[in-house]
Amino acid sequence: MQQQTGIQTNPVAALGRSTISFVNSLGDIFLFFLEGVRLIFSSPKQLTKIIRQMYFIGSKSLFVISLIGIFTGMVLGLQGYYTLVKFGSEGLLGAAVSLTLIRELGPVLTAIMITGRAGSSMAAEIGVMRISDQIDALDVMDINPMAYLVSPRIAASILCFPLLTALFDVIGILGGYLTGVTMLGINSGVYFYRIDTSVVMADVAGGFVKALVFGIIVSTISCYQGFNTHKRTDSVGPESVSNSTTAAVVLSCVLTLVSDYVITSFLL
Amino acid sequence: MSTTTWDIELHNLSGGYNQTRILKGINGSLPAGKISVILGGSGCGKSTLLRHILGLNRPMEGSIRIGGHDFFTLDKSQFRKIRRRMGVLFQDGALLGSLTLGENVGLPLAEHTKLPKETIRKIVLHKLGLVGLAEYIDYYPNELSGGMRKRAGLARAIVMDPQILLCDEPTSGLDPINAAEMDQLLLSMKKHFPSMSIIVVSHDLESLNHIADNVLVINKGQAAYCGDLEGLQNSDDPYLKQLLSRQPNNIEQPAVSLGADIQAELSNWLR
Ligand SMILES: Nc1ncnc2c1ncn2[C@@H]1O[C@H](COP(=O)(O)OP(=O)(O)O)[C@@H](O)[C@H]1O
Ligand SMILES: [Mg+2]
Repeated sequence: MQQQTGIQTNPVAALGRSTISFVNSLGDIFLFFLEGVRLIFSSPKQLTKIIRQMYFIGSKSLFVISLIGIFTGMVLGLQGYYTLVKFGSEGLLGAAVSLTLIRELGPVLTAIMITGRAGSSMAAEIGVMRISDQIDALDVMDINPMAYLVSPRIAASILCFPLLTALFDVIGILGGYLTGVTMLGINSGVYFYRIDTSVVMADVAGGFVKALVFGIIVSTISCYQGFNTHKRTDSVGPESVSNSTTAAVVLSCVLTLVSDYVITSFLL
Repeated sequence: MSTTTWDIELHNLSGGYNQTRILKGINGSLPAGKISVILGGSGCGKSTLLRHILGLNRPMEGSIRIGGHDFFTLDKSQFRKIRRRMGVLFQDGALLGSLTLGENVGLPLAEHTKLPKETIRKIVLHKLGLVGLAEYIDYYPNELSGGMRKRAGLARAIVMDPQILLCDEPTSGLDPINAAEMDQLLLSMKKHFPSMSIIVVSHDLESLNHIADNVLVINKGQAAYCGDLEGLQNSDDPYLKQLLSRQPNNIEQPAVSLGADIQAELSNWLR
């Protein structure tokens, strides 16, 4: 059928199809998350695993988060300056940069960077373990694979995302200082005064909530995709691992942005 | 639990994956304290049967009784109790790639006991010594050969002193010397742990003759034979005779011959 080939090749239709199957499995993912969270507290031995994952998700992301943070802040400073100067209010640059970062860009860009760095590797690593019987081996040894593989990653993400977001915000504000004050000559005191007067606790709390939610979304989706690699209908073997990884990254990013909109509309 | 013997009985067992039925009513028994070999061609469902015995796949029909208990009607804690008494060597080891051999073998101990690290390391060294890998304790699975990974998988399978040891094709893909060593290992396991049931999935006739006390032959999803080794060797069944004497089925000639032009074109490319 003509229509059939169209469906298979058309990226929009493909996106539609994967969205439908995603909505179908949304409940499944939620139960997966609940089970993962329950098992965080199943044994004191989880603590070492959580710390190891925090090292991987958190510490090893510090450099890339700092790098993205400084450039995001610098470009915000640049763009903000040339926009504000048209209205003669370039003194407001500090407020513009810090509010944009704290409310919006900090949590979102951090989540997307960590998805690329840690989410993809969660999906791939767990996926490889699934197709090479390693997860079955855990099961047979009476080691709950959810508790062993998934819970530490969810817990570490919940702890790391807000911290990394805070780092991103601070470095981004310094990046804005770099362009706004050092290069374009805004008064340094004015820059920080504007931050101090315009940022309120609600902004920080809102960003924190977002980071928390994104951490849950990214880790749950990535682990879920890897864990269910063997149930994929589109592929088997190594290809199914690569498809799980792709699905993890795409779904994490899409859901991050969708939930960002939802949370923002509640917060404003 | 009052399990005294660890016989495994298969009653009319049917199973497979999702909708695909691969095992079609298998009857047979794998007695405790013996080496039972599950024999059959590639793809006939040996690993699938193993997954059912391990409780990884549920049967579609029929039942598996382990030590007199219907395995799949037990409540969760009893099921886990029995499963903790099983050790498995998967077809290609299934060692965790991110852990060293020592951590792999010690994993069940680290997770299920409160033994101090040094004690676990001593136990691990002992078990790795049994399979001749003690000096590789700090290597990662990817740094070892296939045969070594299988032996390490065996060490992990026996670390909790199981009652039932299941090995999926322990000798396949090994050179004859390594394969003979693996057979020796399994026989020494039997000597070391006299009450342990050892179940070996194989299509290796040589190792069958070396190690088997008891054989379950699977053909077309059913048990073609279940009993001791002599009975199998003296059987009159044509399929079993063919299997044991390694006679091929008549492979039909390809019905369509390549045309001269295609043949010429192909040899053009291969010149
Ligand atoms: N995960 C799976 N899902 C669906 N079918 C499978 C799966 N694994 C194996 N099979 C099929 O089951 C049959 C038996 O496989 P298996 O038990 O691995 O054979 P073997 O006797 O070589 O161990 C094969 O036809 C194979 O295609
Ligand atoms: Mg097999």
